[in-house]
Amino acid sequence: MTAPALVDFDEVVERFDPMLGLEVHVELNTNTKMFCGCPTTFGAEPNTQVCPTCLGLPGSLPVVNRTAVESAIRIGLALNCEIAPWGRFARKNYFYPDMPKNFQTSQYDEPIAVNGYLDVLLDDGTTVRVEIERAHMEEDTGKSLHVGGATGRIHGAEYSLLDYNRAGVPLIEIVTKMIPGTRERAPEVARAYVTALRDLLRALGVSDVRMDQGSMRCDVNLSLSPRDSGILGTRSETKNVNSLRSVERAVRYEMTRQAGVLLAGEPVVQETRHFEEAGGSTRAGRRKETAEDYRYFPEPDLVPIAPPAEWVEELRGTLPEPPWERRRRLQAEWSLTDEELRDLVNAGALDLIEATVAAGAPAGEARSWWVAYLAQQANSRGVELAGLEITPAQVARVIALVASGSLNNKLARQVVDGVLAGEGSPDDVVAARGLAVVSDEGALVAAVDEALAAQPDVAEKIRGGKVQAAGAIVGAVMKATKGQADAKRVRELIIERVGA
Amino acid sequence: MSADPVTPGGDTGITRDEVAHLARLSRLAVTDAELDVFAGQLEVILSAVSRVGEVAADDIPPTSHAVPLQNVFRPDELRPGLTQEQALACAPAAEDGRFRVPQILGEEA
Amino acid sequence: MSAELTRLTAAELAEKIHTREVSAVEVAQAHLDRVAAVDGEVHAFLHVATDAALASAAMVDEGLAAGTAPASPLAGVPLALKDVFTTLDMPTTAGSKILEGWRPPYDATVTSRLRSAGITILGKTNMDEFAMGSSTEYSAYGVTRNPWDTSRVPGGSGGGSAAALASFQAPLAIGTDTGGSIRQPAAFTGTVGVKPTYGGVSRYGLIACASSLDQGGPCARTVLDAALLHEVIGGYDPLDSTSIDERVPSVVEAARLGTSGDLSGLRVGVVRELGGEGYQAGVRASYEEALRQLEKLGAELVEVSCPHFEYGLAAYYLILPSEVSSNLARFDAMRYGLRVDKGASAEEVMAATREAGFGPEVKRRIMLGTYALSSGYYDAYYGQAQKVRTLISRDFAAAFGQADVLVSPATPTTAFPIGDKVDDPLAMYLNDLATIPTNLAGTAALSVPSGLADGLPVGLQVMAPALGEAVMYRVAAAYEAARQAEDGGPLINRVPSLPGGVA
Ligand SMILES: [Zn+2]
Repeated sequence: MTAPALVDFDEVVERFDPMLGLEVHVELNTNTKMFCGCPTTFGAEPNTQVCPTCLGLPGSLPVVNRTAVESAIRIGLALNCEIAPWGRFARKNYFYPDMPKNFQTSQYDEPIAVNGYLDVLLDDGTTVRVEIERAHMEEDTGKSLHVGGATGRIHGAEYSLLDYNRAGVPLIEIVTKMIPGTRERAPEVARAYVTALRDLLRALGVSDVRMDQGSMRCDVNLSLSPRDSGILGTRSETKNVNSLRSVERAVRYEMTRQAGVLLAGEPVVQETRHFEEAGGSTRAGRRKETAEDYRYFPEPDLVPIAPPAEWVEELRGTLPEPPWERRRRLQAEWSLTDEELRDLVNAGALDLIEATVAAGAPAGEARSWWVAYLAQQANSRGVELAGLEITPAQVARVIALVASGSLNNKLARQVVDGVLAGEGSPDDVVAARGLAVVSDEGALVAAVDEALAAQPDVAEKIRGGKVQAAGAIVGAVMKATKGQADAKRVRELIIERVGA
Repeated sequence: MSADPVTPGGDTGITRDEVAHLARLSRLAVTDAELDVFAGQLEVILSAVSRVGEVAADDIPPTSHAVPLQNVFRPDELRPGLTQEQALACAPAAEDGRFRVPQILGEEA
Repeated sequence: MSAELTRLTAAELAEKIHTREVSAVEVAQAHLDRVAAVDGEVHAFLHVATDAALASAAMVDEGLAAGTAPASPLAGVPLALKDVFTTLDMPTTAGSKILEGWRPPYDATVTSRLRSAGITILGKTNMDEFAMGSSTEYSAYGVTRNPWDTSRVPGGSGGGSAAALASFQAPLAIGTDTGGSIRQPAAFTGTVGVKPTYGGVSRYGLIACASSLDQGGPCARTVLDAALLHEVIGGYDPLDSTSIDERVPSVVEAARLGTSGDLSGLRVGVVRELGGEGYQAGVRASYEEALRQLEKLGAELVEVSCPHFEYGLAAYYLILPSEVSSNLARFDAMRYGLRVDKGASAEEVMAATREAGFGPEVKRRIMLGTYALSSGYYDAYYGQAQKVRTLISRDFAAAFGQADVLVSPATPTTAFPIGDKVDDPLAMYLNDLATIPTNLAGTAALSVPSGLADGLPVGLQVMAPALGEAVMYRVAAAYEAARQAEDGGPLINRVPSLPGGVA
C-alpha cells in the first residue's frame, strides 16, 4: 500500500484547520533520582548509577525525592497552574525491558499541577497563549542499545543491551491543551512554545533542558479538521522530536501528510509515529495487536503528596523573573531593537549573554561574541549555542583578556577555538598555545622602528599629521610579530616614535 | 475483552479466550490444558469475590493505603548504590557492562 | 545438654548466653544439630547457613568475653528467617523457581536489624511461593510438614518459620503476614505469631506479595519472646515510605505486665461475625473456653459487631491479586533470576520464563489481578474492594470505641492434611477468613496458642488498633500464663517427638 501524496502546505491551510497539542518530557537536574539516591549525571559508564530500587530488584522500595517535588511545584507555578492539594502516584503497568519493574511510577491520574498557561511570543511580536492541561511527575526508563541489523535500530536487531543509569531519573511531563486556531502558524507556534518552555525551565534552574542529550523531549499531537467545520479529526502522536527545528518540521510534515490521507478519502489512523531527522518526515510505529490497557492503580509503596499551602507559597517566592519580563528588561538595559532582541531569543543567546555579563563582561561585547563568532562555531558544529563547550564565564574571561590588552581579537578567537577544542580554560589555552600578545615593550619598539625605517615615506606622512596612514605600519608590525601584538598599543607606539 | 458492565454478584462468565487474553497481558505462556483449568477456577473465584458489589458504597471513599501517612520525602542526597559488577552479577546474560536481552519487538526507544 | 538448649525460650537462652553460662556458639551448634536431625522430616528450611551462623555467634561470644554489653536483649539467640527477606550472604527465593539461586546484593532492613542485634540467623525458611498460600504446599521447593502431625500442613505462607519453632529448630523466627501468613501457621503449630501494625516493621528488602497488606513480624514459642523480637525489628525506616515514624510500642514491658495475670478494667470485644458458622466445632469449643478464661482474668467481655468483615475475603482476593499482578511483573528474565531461552524475542522469553518459573497459584492470582485492574472492570472490582476496605476500617474503629482489644479464633479449622485443598483455591482462601480484616485495615493482631482440638493446636486471635500492640501483648501474655497454669505447662511441650529428634 503506498501512502497518499503529501499536500502542498498552502493548500492544507486553505482546506483544513490544524489542532496542535504538545507533550514535553523534562528530566530534572536533581542530584539524585526520583525514588532512590543514585546520581543522575549524563554519560556515565553503563549500570554504574544503579541501586536495588532503580534496578527494580525484589524487595526494593521507592522514596520520593523532595527536591524533585519542589521542582515540579515550581514548574507548575511558573506555568500559572493550580497545585493539587492532594495526589497519589499510580503504577502504569506494561512490560518493556527498559523498565525494570515493568511498571512506570507516574502521577498520570492525579497530577501535581493543572490548568495553567504559557504566553508565547511569535516572530512578528504577537503573543499566543498556550493552555497547559497538566504537569506531572514520573520516572525515566533505562536505555537500550540494539545490536546487529541496521546500526542502532530496533528493527532487525539480533539482541539488545540495557543500561539502567537513566532508569528512575525524575521526569516532568508537561501537556498542553489542544491549541486551536494556529492555522498556517502551527509549526511556528509549536516551535515557539517549546522554545519558551525551554527558556522558562532554564530560568527556573530545574533542568539542563538539553534536547540533544534527551533531557528535554517533545511529542507532537496533531489532527486536522475540515476548515471552519469544528469537527475534530483523528490525531497522530509523533515521538522522537528532539530539536526545536524538528518540532517545527514535524508539525509541518504531519499537516501535509494527514491532508494527503484525508484528500485521498482515507481515514487518518490514530497511531504513534516517529520523527525521522534525516528526511524531516514521520513514519508509523509498530501496530499493536491489542490496545494497551495500562491498568493504572494507586502506587501502594508511596504515600500521597499533599503540599501544604505554606510550602507552595514559599516555593512561589523562589520563582525567577519570568523570561518574557526579563526580556523586556534586558532589551532596555542593552538598548536593543525588537528585531535584535528577537534574534537573540531565537538564537538562544539571551541567557548566555546575561551570564557572560554577570561574569563581568560589558554587554555589547558579550552580545557580539555570542551572536557572531560563537554563533558561527555552533552552526558549523551543528549544535545549539548552549551546546558549545564553552561557558559564559570563559567567554567573559576572554573578553577581559582583550580589554586588558593581553589578547587582540584575532588571538582571542584562537583562544576560543582552543577552549572549544577541549584544551582547557582560556588561560590554559593562552599558556599552551603561547598566544599572549607581545607585551615586551622593547621588542615592540624595535619592531615599530624597523617598520618605520622600511617605509620612510609612510613615516613622513604620519609625522605630517596623516595619522590614518599608520595602518600600513601597524600591519607590518603585526606581520612581524605573527599577529601577537596589541594593535592599539602598536598604534600608540608609532605615533610616539615618529614624534608626531 | 469486552467492557460490559459487571453485574455485582452475577454470573461473571469468564471465557477461555478471556483467560488467554489475560495470560498474554501478564506475559504467561500458558498451555492449552492450563487455559481450561484456569478458566474454571477463575470463574469460581470471580463469582465469589464479586460479592464486594453487594455493598452499597456510593458515598464511601476508597482506601488505597492502610495507614494515613502523607508527604514522606527523602532529601536529594546521594546514597551509595551498586557497582556495575554487583548490578550484573545475577544477570542471565551481560555484555559490555550492560544487560543482554533478546531482541525487543516494539517501539523505537 | 544440646537437646535441652533447643527446648529453652529465647529469653532463657539470652540470659544464659549473656551471663556466659553457655556460649552463643554452643547454642547455635545445638540448633544446627537439631536442624540436621529433624529437618529432613519437617523441611522447614530452604537454606541452612551453618558457617555464617557460627561466625555470627562467635562474634557475640567475643564481645561478651571482652566485657562489652550485648548488642540487644536477644544477642546470640538463633533465628529462622522467612526466605522472603533479602540476605547478602544467603540465597533468597521467596519459595519460587523464578528466583532459584538468586543472591541479593543487599540486606533487607529486617535482616540488617537482626544482624546488628547480634541475633544468629540459622537460615532461610520455606514458604508458599511469593507468600501466596495457606499451607506452604505452593512452595516450589517442596512441602513443609507440621511437627504436630507430619501428614498435615503447618499453615502458610510462613509454614517453614512456624514449623521450625514447633520442632525446636529455632526459638525465634521471622514471618510476613499479608492475610494471615504469620497468624494462621502460628495457630496450626501451637506457636505465637504477631502481625504488627502496617508500617510498624520496615518492608525494605521484603519481596512484595501485596504491598498495601504485607507486614513482617515476629514468631516465637512464647509471647515474651515475640515481644523481644518485635522490639528488635520494629521501628521507623527511611527506606520504606510507608514506615511509621514513631516509637515502637513497649511490647516487652506489656508482655511482662501481662504475665502477672490481671486483666481487670480491660474490655475485650467479642466479634459477633467471627467464630460462628463455618468454624470447626473443636475450634469453637476452644474459643468459648478462651473467652471464659479471659473473663476469669478480670476482663470485661463486650460483644461487638463488624458487619463488613464478611466482605473482607472478597475484597482481599481482589486487592491482593491486583497488587501481585503488578509487583510480580518485574520477574521477566531480563535482569536476574530464571531465563528460559524459548523464542526469539524478549517478549517470548519473558512469557516462557514466567510460565515455567511461576507455580499455578501465582499464575492464578496474577491473572485475577490483571482482570480486576482492567479498564471496564476496575470500578466493579478493584474500586469496590477499596471501598469495602474503608468500611472494614470503620467497623474496626467502631469496635475499638467499645473495646480495648478484639478477639476471635485465629483460623476456622485446625491444620488440614497435606493435599486436601491444594486444587481447590477457594477452600484454601477460607483459611484466612478471620485474619484478613486486620490486614485490610492495617491494624495489629496476633495468634496465641489456645489448647488443642482433636489433638491439633488452635490459636486465639487478639486484635488491637494501629500502634496498639502493647495492650494486645498484655492480653496475650496473660492468657498464655493462665492457660499454662491450667494445663500444667506450655502447650508446645506436648508436640510429639520427631523420628530424628532426641527430645
Ligand atoms: Zn537507584
